[in-house]
Amino acid sequence: MTLVPIIKRDYICKLATEGKRIDGRKFDEHRKIEIETNVVNKAEGSARVKIGNTQVLVGIKMAVGEPYSDSPESGVLTTAAELIPLASPDFEAGPPRENAIELARVVDRGVRESEVVELDKLCLEPGEKVWIVFIDIHILDYDGNLFDAASLASLAALSTATVPAARFEVGEDYPLPLKDPPISCTSVKFGNFVVMDPSLDEEEIADARLTVATDKNGDIRAMQKGLNGSFTREEIQKVIKVSLDNGREIRKQLSESTGK
Amino acid sequence: MKVDIKLIDDNGKRLDGRSTEELRKIKIEAGVLHRADGSCYLEWGGNKVLVAVYGPREAIPRHTQNPLRAIVNARYNMAAFSVEDRKRPGPDRRSREISKVISEALEKIVLTEQFPRSAIDVNIEVLDAEAGTRCAGLTAAGVALADAGIPMKDIPVACAAGKIAGQVVMDLGKEEDNFGDADLPIAISPRTNEILLLQMDGHLTLEEFNRALDLAIKGCHTVSEIQKKTILDKYQSVEGVE
Repeated sequence: MTLVPIIKRDYICKLATEGKRIDGRKFDEHRKIEIETNVVNKAEGSARVKIGNTQVLVGIKMAVGEPYSDSPESGVLTTAAELIPLASPDFEAGPPRENAIELARVVDRGVRESEVVELDKLCLEPGEKVWIVFIDIHILDYDGNLFDAASLASLAALSTATVPAARFEVGEDYPLPLKDPPISCTSVKFGNFVVMDPSLDEEEIADARLTVATDKNGDIRAMQKGLNGSFTREEIQKVIKVSLDNGREIRKQLSESTGK
Repeated sequence: MKVDIKLIDDNGKRLDGRSTEELRKIKIEAGVLHRADGSCYLEWGGNKVLVAVYGPREAIPRHTQNPLRAIVNARYNMAAFSVEDRKRPGPDRRSREISKVISEALEKIVLTEQFPRSAIDVNIEVLDAEAGTRCAGLTAAGVALADAGIPMKDIPVACAAGKIAGQVVMDLGKEEDNFGDADLPIAISPRTNEILLLQMDGHLTLEEFNRALDLAIKGCHTVSEIQKKTILDKYQSVEGVE
């Protein structure tokens, strides 16, 4: 850790002992979320999500292609993330590195494992032709917690997507078949403190990170721990509870802004 | 490919209802990103472009540094979902070329000699594309540079003219670009009318070229007014600053 983060860390930890956070939030409180859908006309579905100053744009494109040989009757889902240099002074141009790949894979898992997109309904000719769904994550402004912003934007974009069947001359356009989405909530730990929805300052000094995706029934659908710190069992249970509470609220906002 | 598409109707109106000398609708917003030193969001017809400026900062890698002045690195990038068929992420030959000509246009206008050894990075992201993205990108870059407080001789601005159905027209739209006869995007310094960028493809007679150039310059001046208004609107209303 270089000098500035050490000073920052001392300050943030000192605030935390007084029960405060650097931007005045409570430990279990997320920043203001804004969801805007259908922001890109050329995309099959799109959404811009702001969590505080963090801004992520996700576009969905679809094409007709070949299925994987081990699942000849289901559509194909691919997720890509780009940490473009527009979003932060520290991001560099070039092919995706570790961080971008982890981000894309965590979002991909959240979408895939929860079976939000009903891939079995995206088959045109078994073994020959299926729909390929591309989720492209574009980070526009990086102020911490890309995991939650990217997941939420992906879900919002998917839920407004239309299958462009007419353009590919395989029938009429119809909405992308979807199930209830799981909501991801990320917390970080520094010292003995665990806070929800880390800002960039908190993320930079964090020892450990935990993302929990929960569904409508309160079940856990995906988790990812990151960084080289550790959590105790009690802390993990607390993070899950906070993720459930916040997830409920965010799910409501998502369904209001997508009309689903 | 021969396509039966009437680009100008009997009343002299174009496909989107514009007259021959009319620009598409333009909307510009300055200072939209938190992390960037300067930024701009611009909508030009169906184009949506976001630009972030970082710098002046140390040029990396070091061999790119110029001991006498700053370098301007424009990076034009299209989002995968910005076009009809998904574009593979990352730079291709087209975007590298556009990045180069935009960088060169901006280097002429920025007072680069004030910042030796540094780089000014201009990131142009095309989020939604509908013909004329390089003009939209350069115009947005002008506003973002001003928003970042980078000293410039002028605010650069771009606009295109072209030829469709035998007539010279302002600012080609999607179908006009695909099925028209010529496209002439330019960028100028509006104060002096110096031409900073010029590209042309298609077929124009000398007379038509002159008409198209005049029309594009006229368009640049119209867009320039919108740029200036955007910046004034943002900074005139700043209150509580001592």
